Amino acid sequence: MQKIGVFICHCGTNIAATVDVEAVTEAIKNEPGVVYAANYQYMCSENGQALIKNAIAEYGLTGVVVCSCSPRMHEATFRKAAQEAGLNPYMVEIANIREHCSWIHKDKVEATEKAIILARAAIAKVHLNAPLISGQSDVTKRALVIGGGIAGIQTALDIAEAGFEVDIVEKSPTIGGKMAQLDKTFPTLDCAACILTPKMVDAKSNDKITLYTYSEVESVKGFVGNFEVSIRKKARYVNTDLCTGCGECTTKCPSRKAKSEFNMGLMNRGAIYIPFAQAIPNVATIDPQYCIHMKTGKCGLCEKVCSAHAIDFKQQDEIVEQKYGAIVMATGFNLINLDQFDEFGYSKYPDVVTSLEFERLMNAAGPTEGTLLRPSNHEHPHTLVFVQCVGSRDTSGCGKPYCSKICCMYTAKHAMLVRDKYPDTEVYVFYIDVRTPGKNFDEFYRRAVEQYGVHYIKGMVGKVTDKDGKLIVQGSDLLENKQLKIEADMVVLAAAVEPDPSARSVASMLTASIDTNDFMTEAHAKLRPVESPTAGIFLSGMAQGPKDIPETVSQASACAAKVIGLLAKDHLVNNPCVAQSNELRCNGCSNCEKVCPYGAISYIEKEVNDHGVREVRRIAQVNEAVCQGCGACTVTCPSGAMDLKGFSTNQIMAEVDAICR
Amino acid sequence: MDKFLQEQILRMSGVNTRKCMKCGKCSGTCPAYDEMEYHPHQFVAMVESGDIDALMQSNSIWTCLSCFACVERCPRSVEPANLIEAVRLAVIRQQNANHLKAQEIPENLEEKLPQQAIVSAFRKYSK
Amino acid sequence: MILSYYPGCTLKTKAQDLDLYARKSAEVLGVTMEELEEWQCCGAVYPMASDEIATKLSAVRALENAKEKGQDLLTLCSACHHVIKRVNHDMQTNADMQMKVNNYLQLDEPYTGETKVVHYLEMLRDLVGFDKIKEKVVNPLKGKKIAAYYGCLLLRPSDVLQFDNPENPSIMEDFIRSIGATPVETPYRNECCGGYVSMENKKLAQKKVDLIISSAMEKGAEMIITACPLCMYNLDANSTEHKLPIVYFTELLAEALGVK
Repeated sequence: MQKIGVFICHCGTNIAATVDVEAVTEAIKNEPGVVYAANYQYMCSENGQALIKNAIAEYGLTGVVVCSCSPRMHEATFRKAAQEAGLNPYMVEIANIREHCSWIHKDKVEATEKAIILARAAIAKVHLNAPLISGQSDVTKRALVIGGGIAGIQTALDIAEAGFEVDIVEKSPTIGGKMAQLDKTFPTLDCAACILTPKMVDAKSNDKITLYTYSEVESVKGFVGNFEVSIRKKARYVNTDLCTGCGECTTKCPSRKAKSEFNMGLMNRGAIYIPFAQAIPNVATIDPQYCIHMKTGKCGLCEKVCSAHAIDFKQQDEIVEQKYGAIVMATGFNLINLDQFDEFGYSKYPDVVTSLEFERLMNAAGPTEGTLLRPSNHEHPHTLVFVQCVGSRDTSGCGKPYCSKICCMYTAKHAMLVRDKYPDTEVYVFYIDVRTPGKNFDEFYRRAVEQYGVHYIKGMVGKVTDKDGKLIVQGSDLLENKQLKIEADMVVLAAAVEPDPSARSVASMLTASIDTNDFMTEAHAKLRPVESPTAGIFLSGMAQGPKDIPETVSQASACAAKVIGLLAKDHLVNNPCVAQSNELRCNGCSNCEKVCPYGAISYIEKEVNDHGVREVRRIAQVNEAVCQGCGACTVTCPSGAMDLKGFSTNQIMAEVDAICR
Repeated sequence: MDKFLQEQILRMSGVNTRKCMKCGKCSGTCPAYDEMEYHPHQFVAMVESGDIDALMQSNSIWTCLSCFACVERCPRSVEPANLIEAVRLAVIRQQNANHLKAQEIPENLEEKLPQQAIVSAFRKYSK
Repeated sequence: MILSYYPGCTLKTKAQDLDLYARKSAEVLGVTMEELEEWQCCGAVYPMASDEIATKLSAVRALENAKEKGQDLLTLCSACHHVIKRVNHDMQTNADMQMKVNNYLQLDEPYTGETKVVHYLEMLRDLVGFDKIKEKVVNPLKGKKIAAYYGCLLLRPSDVLQFDNPENPSIMEDFIRSIGATPVETPYRNECCGGYVSMENKKLAQKKVDLIISSAMEKGAEMIITACPLCMYNLDANSTEHKLPIVYFTELLAEALGVK
């Protein structure tokens, strides 16, 4: 018989306001095996933990039940306290009477009754607990960063700085991401290229960093400390070792139909191309969809002009296998498609552009070499209207329910830059709310209004039409209680951001959870913001949620610190709650092997002694270092041979019995 | 603040005014804006605050074109047109409060006026 | 192909052309329009209030009649289509409405929105196909520049009407192409013409109409087509600045098919 101590937490008023903790203490005192019961205001505090330690010593407890918050919150805390008092940490069970009880009930009588039942279930389980000993696994001292934008680059640089190997996998031909497309950056207005390109060069020249550009993650196996990843290096049809990046081929290529991704489709590029002059690596890539040679067998001009003989039309995709201890998701973002917002005329009028297109139209390396011209007729625009919240904060089903966070500031930046460069312009900004919480952010926005005379209008645009070559922007001015019709030359739409479409498939390969908007979920929104709930997966940049460059860089470095903390360890303590197979019950069916997502189960031929009968059978064997304790095998096993330590079928049935008693 | 009227309007219209984030897109989109005393976004705000009487007295309820542009373009699915119709109904369901009277029809008739115009005017402006 | 057909009152009186040419064209296209035997006026406006029941009954009767025949219900007038389609949506999704309407009508089997409502344009697009129309055209309207005027009722609210992209529709432009003419897109094709207030606030109606017509003229349109008798009247009678021929789309169809 176990000697069990039960500790009931008030959690301030979180639990005590809805659950009568005294009544719970009294009720469970008489449960079989309970030799001590107490309640305390904050069990997780030092005093609360001391209560557990003292009771273990004084009453010789062999099991502990803490009735408190979710085990995801403080199970580790209480296990550690028990361990310090000499008890095996796996003899501690949590009854969740907060999230599962006090927070979701209003009636105190009902909630108290439920708390007692949950406590009884945990007590019943502890009776069947056995001490568990954790094993160890090695840590591969190499990190993988998926995505080569500013988030991925910063994380990789910081990890490399600490002395660890790190690989960046980037799906486009160059690293740099969205930041490389930007003109100036708020709130200091330094040029994006001036601060990003040196980092890109650092990433390339750092001997701890390997760049896999034009590459994608193909599959991921393994677990924290021991991931096995295959990376597909897509064929560029250019030998990158030979290519000097001279660009001769890109200017001679006669196929000019492909839209330049870097310039947001505002100009065309060759079928063989280097995305932009500062691309890293500075090598050419052939787009087989547009290459005349690859489609018809003719042309081949690039091959003829390449003095380095780098063109290789027969190049194949290559698969690289690599082991990693940690993986970073830095897959970034895109602007949403505006098909659902044709009231703004984006698909109809060339002079209605997205903010990212506007960045290219203002950029010295853009299609107009930095001179702002109307895309329709290449004339100087005199009146510009910016529309914020296009598709953000939209619950109608057309857009995104969240605030995209960066648009208020970049719109202020755009408006300010236009007025600064072209004082003859009138600039209007339609806003719902101006959100500028950030260091020097509100000052920046006010500068746009007060110093640069940008007209901020509280209201929203309802419709964009055209007349005699001008855009007519019809919108409301809520403060003046007027409907405005502004004759504009250009309209710039601050389209909502969304996670890159690759995030969903990469996340599922990593078994890392994403939210309803496809942003990566954090292990804890406040206390573990750069880690995924899946061990060994870390989050950097927009993949986790909308954020600007300063915030992205901070988070990228925070993420690197977490990765370094993991890679600095030689061994990881494994979770001992792993599957085990009862060899006498195993019928050798292989079902468990098939469902195991971690490849932890194999089959061996083994001599068993079945009630005196010795025979060789084919039975399942669990690699405890690999098993993550997900339990898929236990519910698949038809003969009941598979069981999960710490969550055995007997323990769960005892809990159910206790609840139904 | 007329609680009873407010509840009636909310029930009839099926609109949840709390969903409004006060962006003003409804009023930015409204084709009858300039003819209205109170504009679509004000209907939402005034029903929310219970200021129904002013809306019932206003010409706005007869000026709304029922084009549903505000409903279509609202980013929060608030449906201001439904509110305007509910206020209009609250007026014409009172005794002798029809906005359009049968005896006024002949003077408005035109050779080409389709039946649809008369029927819809009756539906919208009288009970 | 046989469809139940709901013409509505205006098509029997002021908008006889809309109806007549639709029937003639349907014959050429192999579509049989079976007019419902006892239809009643749909009411011309969809009653939005949740407590309006009686005003929706005539639409339900038409829907029920088509259901009994096991046919889709074809509409032509924009207003009738709007009312019938939205009432049908209520009957599919609003349990309270379902109960009250069925309690009142006492049908053999309750009506719960089973009938599919098809506008004549949707029929051309989805059931006949614009390619098929192209084949049947004998007098292509070559070189004619035509602006489509959609108005409000066919497009909005789009989650119920499901007719086309409400902000950038293409069905009427595709129709114009299928009869050999050239579509002219105007930004006001889905903005209201003010038809509802044409009787009592002429000034407002005129303002809206002038905007639509001047924009169409600026874009080079020679005529405007519509599916709505009220828009037709309003665009024609209340334009003060310029005049453009306003034509029912079915009339052009019949002309192209050689049955006008």
